[in-house]
Amino acid sequence: MANDDFDHGRRKALTGGAAIVGGVGAVITAWPFIASMNPSASALAAGAPVEVDVSKMQPGQQIQEIWRRKPVWIIRRTPEMIKTLSTLTPKLRDPGSEENQQPAFAQNEFRSIKEEFLVLIGICTHLGCSPEFRPEPGTISSSWLGGFYCACHGSRFDLAGRVYKNVPANKNLEVPPYYFMSNGRILIGMTREEAAA
Amino acid sequence: MSGIARGLLGWIDARFPLSKMWREHLSEYYAPKNFNFWYFFGSLALLVLVIQILSGIFLTMHYKPDAELAFASVEHIMRDVNWGWLIRYMHSTGASFFFIVIYLHMFRALMYGSFKNPRELLWVFGMLIYVALMAEAFMGYLLPWGNMSYWGAQVIINLFNTIPYIGEAISEWIRGDFVISDATLNRFFSLHVIAVPLALLALVVGHILALHEVGSNNPDGVEIKKNKGADGIPVDSVPFHPYYTVKDIFGAVVFLGIFSVVVFFIPDMYGYFLEHANFDPASALNTPDHIAPIWYFTPFYTVLRAIPDPFGGFVGMSLAIIVLFFLPWIDRNPIKSIRYRSFLFKINLLIFAVTFFVLGYLGLNAVTPLYSQLALRFTELYFLFFIVLWTYSRSRGVVFWISSFVILLGIITLYDVFINTSERTELIWQTWSIPAAYLVITLLLPFLTRLGSEKEVPERLTS
Repeated sequence: MANDDFDHGRRKALTGGAAIVGGVGAVITAWPFIASMNPSASALAAGAPVEVDVSKMQPGQQIQEIWRRKPVWIIRRTPEMIKTLSTLTPKLRDPGSEENQQPAFAQNEFRSIKEEFLVLIGICTHLGCSPEFRPEPGTISSSWLGGFYCACHGSRFDLAGRVYKNVPANKNLEVPPYYFMSNGRILIGMTREEAAA
Repeated sequence: MSGIARGLLGWIDARFPLSKMWREHLSEYYAPKNFNFWYFFGSLALLVLVIQILSGIFLTMHYKPDAELAFASVEHIMRDVNWGWLIRYMHSTGASFFFIVIYLHMFRALMYGSFKNPRELLWVFGMLIYVALMAEAFMGYLLPWGNMSYWGAQVIINLFNTIPYIGEAISEWIRGDFVISDATLNRFFSLHVIAVPLALLALVVGHILALHEVGSNNPDGVEIKKNKGADGIPVDSVPFHPYYTVKDIFGAVVFLGIFSVVVFFIPDMYGYFLEHANFDPASALNTPDHIAPIWYFTPFYTVLRAIPDPFGGFVGMSLAIIVLFFLPWIDRNPIKSIRYRSFLFKINLLIFAVTFFVLGYLGLNAVTPLYSQLALRFTELYFLFFIVLWTYSRSRGVVFWISSFVILLGIITLYDVFINTSERTELIWQTWSIPAAYLVITLLLPFLTRLGSEKEVPERLTS
């Protein structure tokens, strides 16, 4: 510019001020767009509990339900299956379920309310594939005692959904909140305390 | 040119730089005279981009981005829409061919040092295009709402879960739900059809502007601008139009022939271009027995699987892509072309290409103890390539070679000891020879033999 007869400091302050105010405005404007991508109210609401009849399940049988659009497994374990659990401790990453992957009632060796019935969210804690139920001993490896095997990345879990050491997943399978409404009926999605409240 | 046409052109030129742009980018853009086979792939990438945009526009006319309707609408396109099968197969085949062309284009840059000064930004633009293309392909793959679409997206989005503390919030934000759902499908459609293609086009313009600013590299890696004639035009050059436009049209014809064979006779490429599990609709209950991403992602997927810790795997995979951005600052050797670089450089590049193929192969297959161990070894080779490339930047002393050899092999061996378990011991030590042999060849041969010696770079193009 030909005319240098102006206050440089003042111009700098005004330019800087305008840039800052404009930048703040841009960030505020971006907010609703970014927030619009979060789960919507209807996605948050779609999570009603699911009632399951387990009275007709055979020992060793697995059934699958859907809760919050995730697969939930119920497995009626045989006494032989339950016996394997205590033998595996040294091979497991978190045998005592220290990690918060289950309601308090399932923080035991069986990871369940009743020893016999195992309820799990059927999503691998590595990258979210749905593992296979492989109860037959000796199938995945010669020392395999039965459990869950994720074919995607080779993660292994025992018959209580506890993760083995040295596999890609580093957490036990998640146990959903549930309770027995009566002897043969399970409500998945709520603990007894939540239902009572 | 007739008088009317000349008049019209003059009218336009007074208002818009049409002739000027034609001259700057085509008829007076001077390119080296010695382009070879590898110089087809830039223009072919542009051609595939056009195929994808055109076929995509017409697919969008019939596709429904709704979890209830999407799968059936793709079937509708395949069975009911006139020529719908052709348009869809063009689009799905185009996706794979895009990556074939881009990988060859990138390998060309590696061979001839096309990323080096002054073409660093050109390379960075290209890498951004590559990343945008991966995002575009990934989101497009969800749209048919097949079972592989669903579970593939599930696995990839869950990668963000592994980021400590904020991971789950990020993956929920990406999905718009707690699982892959209608919300996810709808936004992926939006991004696939509008956002990423716009970004891609802008990046392609940036890539070409950067190229025309600095001028094309060539198989000799000699700057033609250093040798200008009295008219200011590089002596060893030809104008892009008509010389290379005709060359590129020839390439396009051959390419379209090959492309058509795939579109018409083997559109699924035996499960590599269209995975068979994707002919089943998405099901939240049944993961396909074997989840593999589509082939062009599998090298990076193998890196992910090779590292046992989930977040470590995510970081490793990201680094495998990020490191490519820094190539111009890793390979500092002033010699550009492979023609004048050492024999060991050629070996290193060859091993890198093989490594990329092996990683890709492993990513297509289910995890076995042997494959997971090999995945780790070839991941090591992938990253070692860049370190070796850096060491080849200038001549080094014996002490440097020996100490880098000892340090690198030491780190690898220490990691092996760290992850060693009784079940893995045998495999670990059997495969230890892979990185060990690699390091012997690349770091010890430079001072034990004369294979590290480079050739004189000519002043002018040789052919």
